[in-house]
Amino acid sequence: MTKDKELELIRILEHHGRIGTDVLAKMLDENEDDVKKCMKKLEDEKVILSYATLIDWNKVTTEDHIAAMIDVKVTPQREVGFDEVAARIQRFPEVTALYLMSGTYDLSVMVEGQTMEGVARFVSRKLSTLDAVLSTTTHFRLKKYKHDGVIFNQDEKDRRMVVSP
Amino acid sequence: MSQNTMQPGTKNNRLSRAVSNIKPSGIRRFFDLAANMEDCISLGVGEPDFVTPWNVREASMAALEQGYTSYTSNAGMFELRAAISEYMHERFNVGYDPKEEIIVTVGASEAIDLAVRATVDPGDEVLVVTPAFVSYEPLVTLSGAVPVPVPADASTDFKLAKERLEAAITDRSRAIILSFPNNPTGAVMNDIELQAIAEVAEAHDLLVFSDEIYAELSYDTAHTAFSALEHMRDRTVLISGFSKAFAMTGWRLGFVCAPPDITQAMLKIHQYSLMCAPTQAQHGALEALRNGRDVVEKMTNSYRARRNYIVHALNEAGLSCRFPGGSFYAFPSVEATGMDDETFAEQLLVEEKVAVVPGSVFGKGGEGHVRCSYATSMTALQTATARIEAFVHRHAR
Repeated sequence: MTKDKELELIRILEHHGRIGTDVLAKMLDENEDDVKKCMKKLEDEKVILSYATLIDWNKVTTEDHIAAMIDVKVTPQREVGFDEVAARIQRFPEVTALYLMSGTYDLSVMVEGQTMEGVARFVSRKLSTLDAVLSTTTHFRLKKYKHDGVIFNQDEKDRRMVVSP
Repeated sequence: MSQNTMQPGTKNNRLSRAVSNIKPSGIRRFFDLAANMEDCISLGVGEPDFVTPWNVREASMAALEQGYTSYTSNAGMFELRAAISEYMHERFNVGYDPKEEIIVTVGASEAIDLAVRATVDPGDEVLVVTPAFVSYEPLVTLSGAVPVPVPADASTDFKLAKERLEAAITDRSRAIILSFPNNPTGAVMNDIELQAIAEVAEAHDLLVFSDEIYAELSYDTAHTAFSALEHMRDRTVLISGFSKAFAMTGWRLGFVCAPPDITQAMLKIHQYSLMCAPTQAQHGALEALRNGRDVVEKMTNSYRARRNYIVHALNEAGLSCRFPGGSFYAFPSVEATGMDDETFAEQLLVEEKVAVVPGSVFGKGGEGHVRCSYATSMTALQTATARIEAFVHRHAR
């Protein structure tokens, strides 16, 4: 497959991870075997990291779901800067995302758990106690309006006439 | 004096002959059939499935908040005309003076109406390349001129053949209406193919009304503006708009680019009939041109993938379908079922609840085909093509 087609494949998969290779082949005007090979190559190269599903947890009544964004100030380490402390933080299973930031704090840590107490326990016992961590500020997420480019609870009704010129 | 001066029977005579002679759009019948049907998947829509980009909507709301509620100049806001001029130059390599050669209209439909009324006289013939957008022929008739269909059918890959155009020309031929990328066939003509048509237009002194509303939706080759062809700028009325490229159908905003004598004549009709295009819509369109072009690219990429999908799926279902180069319509033949296009569309709607539009409503050349719009979600397309496949298998000859 050409680089352009490969990029097109990545763009489609980014938003439609479940789409079958037979449908993808038609969308790309390519052979299905070539699409499968390309996907395998992208997986091997770690371009495709996973096929995730975006869930609106507010609608899943059986699961409590708490999320927090924690601003963390750290002391950068000689030679490795922020990478060493980041490597330690990212391994905690509670951490769903981790970014190095510019501005008033250094690391932005996204944490998800089933209870507020669980998240608080993680911050107080695991994150704050790391040697390099100077301070933390925890913000609990109250409501998710938009995530990964998708607007939650959007009225997606097609208002177009059934047949039009 | 009696309150009711209307005599019995006069209702039959009170409409103009021109209007009485026009048939209602064939599309309307299918709209009525499909409108109240539950679980109907529509491939009959002629508009993007995207909502107008937020920045465009926001700009229009901001214009209202700031009190832009009065008329603009008849030809449209000068900033918008300047932005259109810049856009046409950057995208399609044609230059137009925003002061004298561009008019902002109420949709491309009004632009076509103005172009015809400003340039043809009763009795003149206007060549209409068919299959064509349903408005062209009635608008010619309403102007008092005579529409002459020039078929561009499957045998020419739905492109206009120079020989067919020449064969249709008479002493009364005044102009030609063409539209590529085409609604309903999706056909695209490249610069070499268009140049051949341009030579005929020049040889017979024809005006060319080139409806390029789908110019941005050209998937495989760069779009060629008709007026960019050699010797064509002075005889071309280029018609376009915001509906398709920027997903702004309901805003009713189009524009026309033409030599000053023609735009000034068009402006006379426009100023007496419409005055000017809606002000808030013009503010939205200005934002679309200034900051909306990356969204156009994203939408075009999405349409391209869906085009590829539907063409393969229709062919696998047993309906022969060529690869359309532009717009957002696939135009498969229904020959495999032995039905004519009207019967096919009606039966498909009744049996499988999939709405498509019979090709014959777009004029000669469209017969035996149906228009399937792929401006709908991939989920809907997959379900619709599965239903079409079941239908074709059931009715295959």
